[in-house]
Amino acid sequence: MDKHITTPIDTSKVIALKAGDYVYLTGRIYTARDAAHKRMFEALQQKEELPFDIINQVIYYLGPTPARDGQVIGSAGPTTSSRMDKYTPSLLNLGLKGMIGKGKRNDDVIDSMKKNKAVYFAAIGGAGALLSKCIKSSKVIAYEDLGTEAIRELWVENLPVIVVIDSEGNNFYESQMNFTS
Amino acid sequence: MRIVHTDAITKAIKEMCIEANLYLTEDVKNRLKKASHMESSDLGKKILGQLEENLEIAQKDLIPICQDTGMAVVFISIGQEVHLEGNYLEDAINDGIRQGYEEGYLRKSVVSDPLLRENTKDNTPGIIHYSIIPGENVEITVAPKGFGSENMSRVVMLKPSDGEEGIKKAVLETIKLAGPNACPPMVIGIGIGGTFEKCALLAKKALTRNLEESSKEEHIKRLEQELLEEINQTGIGPGGLGGKTTALGVNIETYPTHIAGLPLAINVCCHVNRHVKRIL
Repeated sequence: MDKHITTPIDTSKVIALKAGDYVYLTGRIYTARDAAHKRMFEALQQKEELPFDIINQVIYYLGPTPARDGQVIGSAGPTTSSRMDKYTPSLLNLGLKGMIGKGKRNDDVIDSMKKNKAVYFAAIGGAGALLSKCIKSSKVIAYEDLGTEAIRELWVENLPVIVVIDSEGNNFYESQMNFTS
Repeated sequence: MRIVHTDAITKAIKEMCIEANLYLTEDVKNRLKKASHMESSDLGKKILGQLEENLEIAQKDLIPICQDTGMAVVFISIGQEVHLEGNYLEDAINDGIRQGYEEGYLRKSVVSDPLLRENTKDNTPGIIHYSIIPGENVEITVAPKGFGSENMSRVVMLKPSDGEEGIKKAVLETIKLAGPNACPPMVIGIGIGGTFEKCALLAKKALTRNLEESSKEEHIKRLEQELLEEINQTGIGPGGLGGKTTALGVNIETYPTHIAGLPLAINVCCHVNRHVKRIL
């Protein structure tokens, strides 16, 4: 089912999303991938604040290519989510509601998603040029020294994503494979 | 004897890094188009259509096909009648990579130490494979490799008695483990034989071979075809979201091996299977 959703997303929006929904996201989201997750995780261990208010926010696992003159951002597709699994439950416990990436998640993440009512979206891997067209603004807000891995605040319009794991733990990857094979 | 200046090698590699990240080869594009017509899943068809559109945007607006512009893998074969003048060759190659990734607005994805993980900020060093060939040419292939799929690759040291059946089992297991992580539809490079490191190199080389050119060995050609069919029956599909287009092609390279061994390497690549070849 096609749905249009604006971010940030609270629990009521999250629980309405079901595995397999094709969603167009509009609004503010944040980028963070391996190195930024590690740094956020370490900040939490040191009892420090995260660089942005994470409640009801969506994180896009993305490290873009540099923008050419006149472009908002370079190529901007998802990276593999499982590398963030180690750090994700801590962020979900703090109020993170959505993640955009690609590929499988581990049981700890799925359990935490069910407990905290969060949703995991997949964007199309390898379609970075196409997806960059949905990003209308981009600003580095933290960890600039990490280059492509810095945290960026993006404004997206109709970013196409698919609900792969919903807040009840239903997994679209698994159901589709069982259905088609 | 022919003199080749290393500046020409630097320039070629710079241009090839940029070209590889913006334009796919015709064989991959053709396979993608064909798959798009054949796919029975509606969502799968939609995704394949988006991947084709992505290629058009990349070409038109000079935006890399994928944000993971890879670690630059360079195969360089130098004719033994060639005399190189200029810089130390390895520096000349890395200079080309550095310039290409900077001037081409490509992502710098290399860290200097695998544990300390500090970005080198210029995408060097590359992974360089040298060989000496007869004649006066310098042949260069640049194949930027993304790590979403590289991470799902494996080397398996099979036993001779495992045979063809063991190879198929290990390949299919690898593909199923890779699933949506490797951005299907994938391209699979397989190396069989040699030693532990040789089969991995064969698998990487297999990815740079035109998908329309099957192996010249009849039994290997059959294995390529059968594996492609079986991989496409897993149901993983485009984006891992179901369908029959899980792989666009399977290329196998082989080499003699030891009486006790059957080394197998499976190098997984996504549809952004980048490689550019030039002869200087």
